[in-house]
Amino acid sequence: MNRRHWILGAVLAALAVAPALLGNFAVSLLNDIGIGALVALGLVLLTGIGGTTSFGQAAFVGIAAYGTAWLTTTQGASPWLGLPFALALTGLTALAIGLLTLRLGGHFLSLSTIAWGLSIALLFGNVDALGRHTGLANIPALRIGSWSLADPRSIYYLVWGLLGLVCLFCHNVLQSRAGRAIRGLRGGSTLLASVGADAFRVRLTLFVLAALLAGLAGWLYAHMNRFVSPSPFDVRASIEYLLMAVAGGLGQLSGALVGSALVLVMKNGLQDVLPLLSQRGGQLEGVAFAVLFIVLLHRAPGGFMSFVLRWFKPAPAAESSPPAGAEPLARRTLPARGEPVLAVAGAVKRYGGLIAVNEVSFNVRAGEIVGLIGPNGAGKSTMFNLVTGTQPMTAGRVEFLGRDITGLAQHRIARLGLARTFQHVKLRPRMSLLDNVALGAHARAGAGLVAAGLRLDRREEAQILAEARHQLARIGLADRAHELAGSLPLGTQRILEIARALAADPVLLVLDEPAAGLRRKEKQALGDLLRKLRDEGVTILIVEHDMDFVMKLVDRLVVMTFGAKLVEGTPAAVRADLRVQAAYLGSAVEPAAVPEAAVGSVA
Amino acid sequence: MTWDVALILGIDGLANGAVYLLAGLGLVLIFSVTRVVFVPFGDVVAFSALSLAAFETGRTPATIGLVLTLAVLAVAAELWSLWRRGEAHRMPQALLGWGLLPALPCLAAWAIAGRAVPSAVQVVVAIALVVPIAPLVARLALQPIADASVLVLLIVSLALHFLLSGLGLLFFGPEGSRTGPLASGSLTLPGGFPVSGQVMLMIASAVVLSAMFFLLFERTVAGKALRATAVNRVGARLVGIRPARTALLAYGLASLLAGLIGVLIAPVMTMYYDSGFLIGLKAFVAAIIGGLVSYPLTAIGALAVGGVESFASFWSGALKDVIVFSLLIPVLMLRSFYGTHVEEEAEELDA
Repeated sequence: MNRRHWILGAVLAALAVAPALLGNFAVSLLNDIGIGALVALGLVLLTGIGGTTSFGQAAFVGIAAYGTAWLTTTQGASPWLGLPFALALTGLTALAIGLLTLRLGGHFLSLSTIAWGLSIALLFGNVDALGRHTGLANIPALRIGSWSLADPRSIYYLVWGLLGLVCLFCHNVLQSRAGRAIRGLRGGSTLLASVGADAFRVRLTLFVLAALLAGLAGWLYAHMNRFVSPSPFDVRASIEYLLMAVAGGLGQLSGALVGSALVLVMKNGLQDVLPLLSQRGGQLEGVAFAVLFIVLLHRAPGGFMSFVLRWFKPAPAAESSPPAGAEPLARRTLPARGEPVLAVAGAVKRYGGLIAVNEVSFNVRAGEIVGLIGPNGAGKSTMFNLVTGTQPMTAGRVEFLGRDITGLAQHRIARLGLARTFQHVKLRPRMSLLDNVALGAHARAGAGLVAAGLRLDRREEAQILAEARHQLARIGLADRAHELAGSLPLGTQRILEIARALAADPVLLVLDEPAAGLRRKEKQALGDLLRKLRDEGVTILIVEHDMDFVMKLVDRLVVMTFGAKLVEGTPAAVRADLRVQAAYLGSAVEPAAVPEAAVGSVA
Repeated sequence: MTWDVALILGIDGLANGAVYLLAGLGLVLIFSVTRVVFVPFGDVVAFSALSLAAFETGRTPATIGLVLTLAVLAVAAELWSLWRRGEAHRMPQALLGWGLLPALPCLAAWAIAGRAVPSAVQVVVAIALVVPIAPLVARLALQPIADASVLVLLIVSLALHFLLSGLGLLFFGPEGSRTGPLASGSLTLPGGFPVSGQVMLMIASAVVLSAMFFLLFERTVAGKALRATAVNRVGARLVGIRPARTALLAYGLASLLAGLIGVLIAPVMTMYYDSGFLIGLKAFVAAIIGGLVSYPLTAIGALAVGGVESFASFWSGALKDVIVFSLLIPVLMLRSFYGTHVEEEAEELDA
């Protein structure tokens, strides 16, 4: 029992006795707050955590409200049947809209949400079956047996009970494999793809989840007010929901509840106060709201909860000791030493007229460390991006474990057992070290969002976390597992990326300048780690500028210059090669020998 | 549908398209320079139309109060930030720029209101009256967070629209108004179709203004500064272009465009305090077709939106807006299909 539990308990107790103590008006307001919080919760997940802004959530509320209203008034169905119907309708609409628009970049996506948010609200007002602008009235109230939930006091427990369950579900989701992927969405999809997660699918799932929460709110709304009309579902209402999420704090789930309460109480207050100030008080309401919103975004972009959290420093994540006895995640069988792992044939990458990689071919065999070196701008990193599927190839062919992976999506290649790190470190600075590494094991488990929400994934989750802890211990960061990745120095962040890649249990590890920014001691430790991995049978392809480090480490070197392969061979042979010396130091070394040789190797 | 109807609808669509073209240019201009999707653009359009209507009926336009209110707030904000930075010596300059300059058109409007002046003067003053609005609003709400992410800027910009339309309701009231045509007479096309002078004027204005836009960007230093800022803000700053000042220029130009649009459509459409929003949104559809960066594609998009709207209103007046916004879906699909996916910047909403 820590302080958080006490606060939570107090809030729950207050909510449980509220209907007995408060007047009708206040109970109705609490019901509205609960419904608003459901929608805002979806926005906190979608916008605050997933980084996708939606200006159309009210349209989803409307689809569900109109869906159940239509089914229960014109078809005479039970309101309880209206729930699955409303949710299915909302979910399918969200799926369709998501499939069409979620591939767009940030602001395009948000603009498109305004467009469909408007269109859907306009549709409600123009369809005869939905009562046009007058809407649908006489929607039946919910009943349980003979007990009618028409009274705000009786539906109160349904609204808040559902909200409680949904909060719990979302909280569970965020602490899981699916939740880590959702939290990893912000900051680009390349990182997710590199651990075998399809960012588009993650975003689509999240979008549908947020829409379903709005749908649930819509169903409650319809049977609570027992009347629907178009105006509560237009873009203005969507903005109000967004305002709730922003006001409460987009960073945490509790922000949705707090924000909904803040906005609705404030709105009610304004409706009471403004008419006293001016005869046109009703008109001032919108102005006052807009001003408050803008001031809020200027002064407190973190929302109300960010202040609260500053007062109550939350205790570091409680679960300290790893649950014992969790059997480790299944491991891949590594190919026998010497078998072909990677075969690149005639890889070409053109950017318009510029040829970044020109007809490069090389092989990597199981259990060896191959270094890719060359002067700046030689095309090494581009080569890496081609091999890992981060960028499409213009021409050529890549085989991985005997399978043609040319043109395969990056996350699929990653799932085959190819893990990588990045030259420009890609970590999620606001996630803990443990979570960042656990992200690497994404493709080794399968529990989805629903399983996570219902806590059916605990065994697998324990396995993932145990694996992540193991990899963290391997790089010597086990005691800092709960710190934020953003607090690490750059060199250590690079090492953390290696731990993340190792958590994927890779066949081939592709490292882009792992030693950059490391001190001498750290470099030695890194070298030892990589040699140890080789002994375990992991194959490594590495780009590195520190010649001393590379020469001591690798079995074979591929030298690139100006986008083409210059030579290939053992470190000693490469070191002695005149063409390599010329490429690094300029052609003054052996003027006569170089041009011929260089031309020969490019052709 | 007969050919006659199609022709009438086509001309109508062209006139709509001309309006969206001008609005689209303004939106792209602001977005490319400041990364702000300027939703309140449409409100400025409505204000200029309502100002002109006020002049015509001999009233003093409420826009004066609106502009002066904004100017007072902007002066206060500017003085406060100067004082905090310890640059008190620059205060008179700020007072002139943010206080006196916006007050000049107000003075002119006050002078001609209720007097018999040529309608050309009324038009010019109505446009001049709204020019300060976008820069003032931007100074107050957007400039302090100029480096925030596109999404935060978009949210603030939407809130600004609600603010301005709320103020519009307060200042202008809920009544709609329509003004007399700017151009009388009509042209008869071969085949006997009359095209009203007003429609001709709208199309001609769009063509002339687009050409002027092109010249501005290609031939003037200020235009080049705008382009440079659009391409790379940091780079522009390095060569001595001040982004805040360029942004001000962009907002001013866009406000000017909005004013022009307002007086152009006031005679053909009854304008209310919030009519601008839909005009702005349809211009967005055009601008999105242009990827929010390309002027020529925006122009094509504007004509397409105008045409679709005109034909859609023939089939279903009530659903025409739904049809226009649905036009976005195929456009967005094409964009996402051909769009090169650059690694997005990390969007941090919560600081």
